Amino acid sequence: MSSIGTGYDLSVTTFSPDGRVFQIEYAAKAVDNSGTVVGIKCKDGIVIGVEKLIASKMMLPGSNRRIHSVHRHSGMGVAGLAADGRQIVARAKSEAHNYESTYGEPIPIKELADRVASYVHLCTLYWWLRPFGSGVILGGYDRDGPQLYMVEPSGVSYRYFGAAIGKGRQAAKTEIEKLKLSELTCRQGVIEVAKIIYGVHDEAKDKTFELEMSWVCDESNRQHQKVPEALLEEAKAAAKAALEEMDAD
Amino acid sequence: MDRDATADVNAPHSMGTTIIGVTYNGGVILGADSRTSTGLYVANRASDKITQLTDNVYICRSGSAADSQIVSDYVRYFLHQHTIQLGQPATVKVAANLVRLLSYNNKNMLQTGIIVGGWDKYEGGKIYGIPLGGTILEQPFAIGGSGSSYLYGFFDQAWKEGMTKDEAEQLVVKAVSLAIARDGASGGVVRTVTINSEGVTRNFYPGDTLPLWHDEVEAHDSLLDILNASNPEPMST
Repeated sequence: MSSIGTGYDLSVTTFSPDGRVFQIEYAAKAVDNSGTVVGIKCKDGIVIGVEKLIASKMMLPGSNRRIHSVHRHSGMGVAGLAADGRQIVARAKSEAHNYESTYGEPIPIKELADRVASYVHLCTLYWWLRPFGSGVILGGYDRDGPQLYMVEPSGVSYRYFGAAIGKGRQAAKTEIEKLKLSELTCRQGVIEVAKIIYGVHDEAKDKTFELEMSWVCDESNRQHQKVPEALLEEAKAAAKAALEEMDAD
Repeated sequence: MDRDATADVNAPHSMGTTIIGVTYNGGVILGADSRTSTGLYVANRASDKITQLTDNVYICRSGSAADSQIVSDYVRYFLHQHTIQLGQPATVKVAANLVRLLSYNNKNMLQTGIIVGGWDKYEGGKIYGIPLGGTILEQPFAIGGSGSSYLYGFFDQAWKEGMTKDEAEQLVVKAVSLAIARDGASGGVVRTVTINSEGVTRNFYPGDTLPLWHDEVEAHDSLLDILNASNPEPMST
């Protein structure tokens, strides 16, 4: 299914004859094989949700967080190699902190996305570094309103209304496209994201999963935080109900 | 009077100065006098103490002329780069913060009192006062320089929230002129810069357009009179 780049895929500083850098593409595969991460921009904020595949029943629920706050006003959902993702988050936190120390205002989300993307891209330019095996969905709320960005292992970063990475991204994107995002509030968005993640989770292939969600919206006072317990439970219940409805057909 | 005869013209230039920044309903007005002194000698009687940082942010400089010029040059440079990176005009708050960082981190070497004023689309018109030590304080109006000592009581009485542009301009010109009357280190002309959503306007008020205050005397035989006369010969009468 995938093309083999025999000989041209040994180093990130080598192009193939048809102009591809295979190492970067392989890094993207690491992201593709991880649990789904979904992000949407509603009219009053951002919602990020993660399908956290549970490796072992011994793990405490709530451990192995996949969504991290970068600053008061922004957060990142990470997919791919967990340790790589941690580095990206650490760098983003550092950039946000430095910006505020110098300029006296919270870092604009666009600027934060640019800096994270530059850093990820940097690690694709040297033979002695390997590309990050993780992608992130970055959501934040600054003075220009809520914004959603996605950064891929190649260092590319775009702004989105809705984005998904990981195993179930194709199905998730289809579902996101059906939503009327400009009319949704974040409260409604949380329910929708839960439904999407429950929907794309493949019971047959994967083990159980835990749903992790965060938001940054008017209701949360423009602070990035975990979705409140009550709402999270409501979302999970709605998602399970929607699944049963589908199965019932 | 002997010691006055040999003023040291190589002494560091200091701006005795009166500087003012005032917010009004829609923008800000910056005002300043125009005297730069070296000791008792007036090195420049028509200096421009209101300096541009960006299209929408200006500063009033007081204290050491050299120090305030270098600080404003650095901040202009940093703001320029910041604007390119951001893709849109810098905010007044960012400009003020950059001034503050330089002032605070070099406090042992610098002597500058700066008022930052401007307009941006997020916060509208804003004034920030950054006095000697590098404190930053956002204020509805700010005064600075040696002449400002005589204006604290005046502003307590005359300042009002939400003035119109003309009211604010009149207030600034009156205040600078009052300070010039009492502070020997302030003098010359009054310059103002008005910044709002429509852009920037510079105004100039020569000494003879300013009102005379208590005990001030009409100027006689001044150069302004001679030059305006039909026969521009000095000492013709």
